Amino acid sequence: MIVAVMIAAYVILDGFDLGAGIVHFIVGRTDDEREDVISAVGPVWDGNEVWLLAAGGTLYFAFPVLYSAGFSGFYLPLIMVLWMLIGRATGIELRHQMHHPMWHRMWDFVFSLSSILLAVFYGAALGNVIRGVPMNADHYFFEPLWTTFTVTANPGILDWFTVLSGVVALVALAVHGSAYLAVKTGGDVNARSRKVVSTLWYALVLLTILSLVGVMNLRDGILANYSTYPAAWIIPILVVACLGAIKFFNRGGQDKAAFVSSCLYLALMLVGAVFALYPMVLPAMDPANSLTIQNASAGAYGLSVGLIWWPIGIAIAIGYFFYLYRSFAGKVESGS
Amino acid sequence: MNAYTLDRLQFAFTVTYHYLFPQLTMGLAPMIVIMKSLAIWKKDERWNDAARFWAKIFAIVFLFGVVTGIPMEFQFGTNWSAFSRYAGGVIGQTLAMEGTFAFFLESAFVGLFIFGEKRMSQTAHWFVGLMVLIGTWLSGYFIVATDAWMQHPVGYEVAGNGSVQLNSFWALVLNPWAIVQYVHNMGGALVTGSFAVAALGAFYILSKKQVEYGRLFLKAGVVVACIGSIWMIAPSGDMAGQMIAHHQPVTLAAMEGRFETEEGAGITVLGQPDVDNQKIDNEIKIPRMLSMLTYRRWDAEVKGLNAFPKEDHPDNIPLLYYSYHVMVGLGTIFIVLMVVSAFWLWRGKLYDTNWLLWLVMIAFPLPFIANTAGWMTAEIGRQPWLVYGLYRTEHGFSPMVSSGNIMFTLLGFAGMYTLLSLLFIFLILRRIENGADELNAIEIIEIPAAASAEPALGGI
Repeated sequence: MIVAVMIAAYVILDGFDLGAGIVHFIVGRTDDEREDVISAVGPVWDGNEVWLLAAGGTLYFAFPVLYSAGFSGFYLPLIMVLWMLIGRATGIELRHQMHHPMWHRMWDFVFSLSSILLAVFYGAALGNVIRGVPMNADHYFFEPLWTTFTVTANPGILDWFTVLSGVVALVALAVHGSAYLAVKTGGDVNARSRKVVSTLWYALVLLTILSLVGVMNLRDGILANYSTYPAAWIIPILVVACLGAIKFFNRGGQDKAAFVSSCLYLALMLVGAVFALYPMVLPAMDPANSLTIQNASAGAYGLSVGLIWWPIGIAIAIGYFFYLYRSFAGKVESGS
Repeated sequence: MNAYTLDRLQFAFTVTYHYLFPQLTMGLAPMIVIMKSLAIWKKDERWNDAARFWAKIFAIVFLFGVVTGIPMEFQFGTNWSAFSRYAGGVIGQTLAMEGTFAFFLESAFVGLFIFGEKRMSQTAHWFVGLMVLIGTWLSGYFIVATDAWMQHPVGYEVAGNGSVQLNSFWALVLNPWAIVQYVHNMGGALVTGSFAVAALGAFYILSKKQVEYGRLFLKAGVVVACIGSIWMIAPSGDMAGQMIAHHQPVTLAAMEGRFETEEGAGITVLGQPDVDNQKIDNEIKIPRMLSMLTYRRWDAEVKGLNAFPKEDHPDNIPLLYYSYHVMVGLGTIFIVLMVVSAFWLWRGKLYDTNWLLWLVMIAFPLPFIANTAGWMTAEIGRQPWLVYGLYRTEHGFSPMVSSGNIMFTLLGFAGMYTLLSLLFIFLILRRIENGADELNAIEIIEIPAAASAEPALGGI
């Protein structure tokens, strides 16, 4: 549960700076405009990314079996994610070390490309988790990047379904990032960010529906939890409501409300997926080998200790962030 | 090369490279707080400039530390999944605590310290600097505690499925090995940081630019480096040695190059171990010294490698021996250099003594080597165990990841880190070139208006 919350926090928080990277060249046409984009995420991206590390650490001590199976199984894409994270961090932080147009352009490119690839990789990773992985009875597996692009007993990281989820993630985070930029910027960047939200919104609706249809065709029983607890259908209904709200607030020029709707949309998509999988945390192609909440977790003492120090640490961290966001509140001053 | 060897190589490479940066940030953070305190206490704006200058250097080093640090946490899962499954219930605790208690703190306050000074009072800015210091040093503690558990496992029980699970939180967090290793390690970081500050000071004085700041840097650097260097041998180095002697006697024998058990054992200062013939070539030795240092008696018995079964010997005895001797040798040089420099400083002659300034200046890479050698001593000395006495390294790697895939990522890391190194050197040299008094002229980020009005900097 805690891990789920942390991953959701990471997706929503780092999601908007990832998204800002995806649309970096679309909303920032000039060097100064791109400077605004970087300034909007500059003070906060590092803190956002810590959620990934904290989630990784929490996953490690709470579900060591899941951590070891998942991380070694997704070996190649995860190492590539690391390289992208290096590229993105240097892109944001080194851009302002030197005021030269070529230097800026190089880091803008690195920042944007690594953001795009990260979004696709994350989406594909989530797709893999939903689809299931070729885990053996010892709860180990290894997936190459791709095999035949079909969902078979021997799948790769990328097949039609996970590529689809990668694209969903790319578009969803692009909308999310643009919504954030609309809040944080003024002038042309603001106008273009709004435009991106409004245009990509149609793609997002289409892709959301496609991915839902895709999930239903993926394997039997994937919606079993929804049949057992029909009340859970409220989740997809709320997803649709959030989508509608993004459009509504975007049209009305209420940037903050549109951004909040986008946050909720991402959170609900994740909740919907987690609910469908429960109690599995990493389903296997052969259901007998799946990892569940029970067989993947650590000893009871360790978990209960974690439940004591974890909320304390997070409460303190939220205190810092409250202070930090307040310090850097408001729109970035436009350079143009 | 098989997957196991490549897994070890990749971890060794990425962690060694990573630690070049945190040792500098953990060493610079207290230096910056000292400068900031002097600025407020002496009401001297030059110390504020000095703190700002080093904060900008800190920011670059910190970034490189962050980006090379993320792969470390991931690699426990990607390359050492069997080990993670075995021990994740214990060491995952300290790693997760690092993220929760230290990283959030660092990430929030580093940016605030560098970009937020104008938005707060000087006292508040000092406090933010202190929080950065606490964050980096907390981070260090959790990592050392993780390693300490692997050196000296405590507070665990073996569960039904063969994995280890935590049974005492406080035993893990207050592991005596962690405390000893921490005070030694943080002293090492302080040596790195203070040597860097002193070396740049010496450079500015010798090159006759920024001389005023050069003197400030040199003064602050030499005083801290003198204290730090002595601290590394006594008490902290001695404490670390005692720990190893009592809990890992076979490691002590290997790092000292003692093949035979003897009473009144001497300590080898120089010499090349010949493992096949069980002897040290070209040995220069201080008689009975090892017995005295380890057991406080001139005639105490010190166990040699022959007292332990061969399969428990560290698997690379010469490398362990050299790592240890490089660390101790450099540590000795540091004390001599910095005690002399501090004495000259006290007599008021240091700023004009060129030969000594030259030595201080070119000494800056040595603490990086000494710290690396120290960690190599700890980690190679732990072999063949991943968790000392419990779990062998050869059992820990990911069973399903093929050697070809690891070679791919190892080469990728090598290439990536080569690029990062070039960038790092370029950026740091540029900062040094710009100097401490030009900071206001190259004000960065958050003032895009100023940035866009400014032409491209010449002479880069």
